Amino acid sequence: MPALPLDEAGKYVAAAYVIFAVLPVIYVAILASKIGRLQSEVARLLELVRDERSGR
Amino acid sequence: MTALRSNRLALLAAATACLLALALALVFFYAPLDADQGFVQKIFYVHVPSAIVALGGFVAAGVMGALYLRSGNPRWDLRSYVAIHLSVIFGCVVLATGSIWARASWGHWWLWDEPVLVSFLVIFLLYCVYYPLRYSIDDRERQARAASVFAITAGAFVPVNFIAVRLAESFTHPRVLSQTGGNMPGEMRLTFLVALAAVALLYVTLCRLEIAAKTLSAQLSELRRALESAHVGALPGGPRARRSQAPSTPAASTGAGG
Repeated sequence: MPALPLDEAGKYVAAAYVIFAVLPVIYVAILASKIGRLQSEVARLLELVRDERSGR
Repeated sequence: MTALRSNRLALLAAATACLLALALALVFFYAPLDADQGFVQKIFYVHVPSAIVALGGFVAAGVMGALYLRSGNPRWDLRSYVAIHLSVIFGCVVLATGSIWARASWGHWWLWDEPVLVSFLVIFLLYCVYYPLRYSIDDRERQARAASVFAITAGAFVPVNFIAVRLAESFTHPRVLSQTGGNMPGEMRLTFLVALAAVALLYVTLCRLEIAAKTLSAQLSELRRALESAHVGALPGGPRARRSQAPSTPAASTGAGG
């Protein structure tokens, strides 16, 4: 097949690079939300421990 | 110690971002257009490095699986799990970008008679089996052992498959790492090597991020258990409440650090 003209080839190249960028970004976003949940759980545990200590 | 590790992760992430930016600049402003394929050939700089890194990750996961079986240290099992997880994600990138390139270059999204494409799909599907295999076993030690054996066997299959494909006659897919296909001009070669380093660094950074998240999760579970058994009692949403439904991840059996 002959080389595609730039305007047509651009769509394919853009699509490939968007996929390459989007998949890791989605992955990082999922991990970030998980880490956020863990941090809030740590804060809740800390609060419980402090409540327990002050209740003594 | 945790702050030091977090700083190192931030530095690694910054280095990855810089190297990716450099690679993109080289791809679009430095590397010449391919005489045969024109602008579409730019896909090469994400497709091939992603494939190399994904396959390297599968092999590395096998080595880590062997280290787990040898030492019994759950950290190796966690690393093996994370390496496979990320290689499967990079495998998705390879299949998607490869299909787009095939459509632009050959006029087809997929060619079933092309050994390079089909062999990569076989490897990808093989590793998709890893998850149901792993989570079908409840006992964590047995789960880690079975997963490690799988990682070693499948990891050994990757280079064998690679050699078999090299021996097969390819009609359409170009050979990148060979005498003929590897003869890239200097600018293209440099761009390719920088792109490969950037993708490899991205893989390592994401691996470390996931390992950090899983280690944090395991430490939190341990803390919960300790608090529960000490004096706080049954904590809301704690392991007592969740034990029946929580899937066993490799991090759950991993100690501190990672």
